[in-house]
Amino acid sequence: MLTIKNLHANVEGKEILKGIDLEINTGEVHAIMGPNGSGKSTLANVLAGNGGYEVTAGEIRFEGKNLLELDPEDRAREGMFLAFQYPVEIPGVSNATFLKTAINEVRKYHGKPELTPKEFLDLMRDKSKILGMDENLISRSVNVGFSGGEKKRNEIFQLLMMNPKLALLDETDSGLDIDALKIVSNGVNIFKNKNNAVLVVTHYQRLLNYIVPDFVHVLYKGKIIKTGTKELALELEDKGYDWIKPDLIEAETA
Amino acid sequence: MNELEENTAQELSDDMKILDEHIDSEYKWGFVTDIESESAPKGLSEEIVRFISAKKHEPVWMTDWRLKAFRHWKKMEEPHWSNVHYPPIDYQDISYYSAPKSKPQLNSLDEVDPELLKTFEKLGIPLEEQKILSGVAVDAVFDSVSVATTFKETLKEKGIIFCSISEAIQEHPEIVKKYLGSVVPYTDNYYAALNSAVFSDGSFVFIPKGVRCPMELSTYFRINAQETGQFERTLIIAEESAYVSYLEGCTAPIRDNNQLHAAVVELVVLDDAEIKYSTVQNWYPGDKEGRGGIYNFVTKRGACRGKNSKISWTQVETGSAITWKYPSCILQGDNSIGEFYSVAVTNNYQQADTGTKMIHIGKNTRSTVISKGISAGNSNNSYRGLVRVGKNAIGARNFTQCDSMLMSDKCGANTFPYIEVENDSAKVEHEATTSKVGEDQIFYLNQRGISTEDAVNMIVNGFCKEVFNELPMEFAVEAQKLLAISLEGSVG
Repeated sequence: MLTIKNLHANVEGKEILKGIDLEINTGEVHAIMGPNGSGKSTLANVLAGNGGYEVTAGEIRFEGKNLLELDPEDRAREGMFLAFQYPVEIPGVSNATFLKTAINEVRKYHGKPELTPKEFLDLMRDKSKILGMDENLISRSVNVGFSGGEKKRNEIFQLLMMNPKLALLDETDSGLDIDALKIVSNGVNIFKNKNNAVLVVTHYQRLLNYIVPDFVHVLYKGKIIKTGTKELALELEDKGYDWIKPDLIEAETA
Repeated sequence: MNELEENTAQELSDDMKILDEHIDSEYKWGFVTDIESESAPKGLSEEIVRFISAKKHEPVWMTDWRLKAFRHWKKMEEPHWSNVHYPPIDYQDISYYSAPKSKPQLNSLDEVDPELLKTFEKLGIPLEEQKILSGVAVDAVFDSVSVATTFKETLKEKGIIFCSISEAIQEHPEIVKKYLGSVVPYTDNYYAALNSAVFSDGSFVFIPKGVRCPMELSTYFRINAQETGQFERTLIIAEESAYVSYLEGCTAPIRDNNQLHAAVVELVVLDDAEIKYSTVQNWYPGDKEGRGGIYNFVTKRGACRGKNSKISWTQVETGSAITWKYPSCILQGDNSIGEFYSVAVTNNYQQADTGTKMIHIGKNTRSTVISKGISAGNSNNSYRGLVRVGKNAIGARNFTQCDSMLMSDKCGANTFPYIEVENDSAKVEHEATTSKVGEDQIFYLNQRGISTEDAVNMIVNGFCKEVFNELPMEFAVEAQKLLAISLEGSVG
């Protein structure tokens, strides 16, 4: 589904990603872990096409297409979904208007008819129930007056509404208490099936107790330095990152 | 039905459909106004004022009033305190009277500026109407007089008068005499004096005691408005417990050879009565380099004369090269309410200096001001508002919120709030924000499959929502489309 080869990317002229290789197949859950500033969020933003990030080298193929040639909206329409670390507020635009537009844009792109208002409302009710969200959310402005946790929950709600092929979760666990974390993880687990994939970007192993990854990658200074299974995450939780940092290992062995 | 009526009918509410049938039948009966074309020579003098008055067969009192206004105007200085800039206007180089249909006539739509046609298309304006708007010769043109006549039939039973001001001067001189200039006297300001001397036409509405106007009254006719646009004069009176909602203007961009527009609107509201006045202004804003475009210098003011009376102004201003207007409320009656909801959009080299004045005189008077300014391109957008609370306005309250949104690095937004309070019991609140349309907001929407252009529209419409909520439904939908067109290509 997603193939990343030798990806290099800059933020404000500074190189953050320094050669990422990653392959994600349908039905898989990948986790990217790593210390602060290792480039985790950069990777998620580059994949989504955020204009603040400049790709300097490498290749990304998504569902057979050259992703780097697609505008952000077309990446979304192709089935790439980013659950934002810091979801923005859009005053005066109701969740209903926003999501209806979004879903119908994607449907239009694939030559499907727009959802009828009834189909849309039914879908909205269904999905909001999974996340234990209030129904009046439908008429509230996007993220306005939401707490940090509510915003994150709203991201997962949008994920369920849009039902993309690949979900990128950028630090979705940050700012969530344990109950909210369970609800959000449950949402992601309901989303996930053998035809789609999930890439979780996180600091902490905690989230991976609920969203169990098939692969765990450690990102450090813009490179994936280690790949393992869910056990790797537990090990990291236990020992921290220092034991696998190549520069530290070199320093020790030198 | 001919094609024109068919096309327009589709857009109309049920009320309007009834009206449309009336128009149709009028034409069957050969009701056509005299369209003999005649213009006054350029320049302004007592003779010209007399000429205009004579053309309109006005009574002596009206001619005298115009002359008094003209003499006063001659003594006045053109004001320059607003935050707009334009080359000096030569008032002797303007023709102050041109009969209907003096616009250049083209033979087909092929001769019309393609940019203008594109805009018509986006607004979904029917072909026949497009022709009329852009000055292409058409078979049938209905004008304001015939329209007012058909309305009259429907409204007569209720005792409502809705007609052109010219007709009102002939038919209802006592009411006109009583109220004309009573809210905006000809001495009020330079442009009000000019308008009083030379006003061409406009609307007159009278809602008698206890009557709720059953339909929204509208100049509606994107079509006929072009002829009365230059020096329009509007007078609306709501007697005790009366109610009327009045819609002015049009969403279609109207070109006009007259650069200077100076309208005057007066509203009078008696005890327990209410007037809701909605405007969509989309006069030609000039080209992308700022050439051409209308100077729109307007005086709009309403007097809440009675207790518990209410005036609500809602405006969506997207057109004109320069907009200079402050729809105001004089809250004289106890417990009277004034509201002002405004969206002003400027793009390219447009300039807008607009806002309101809320003058609290009576006890427990309340006012609300919500202003949304959107600047794009090289434009400049200013909110200017006055809240004055007089000595006797015990318990007066005002809430003002001015939000500005910037769409580029070269545009400007200013807020000039003036607050004068002479009463300790008054509560006056003012909030102001300025924001730039966020890259992060646009990306967020992009990431959900929404194009940048749609994203900007969504953000801007969200920003203006509180104001659009005040517009009648049909108008609100058109206003949203209009905003999208006005800001096209201004981001990204």
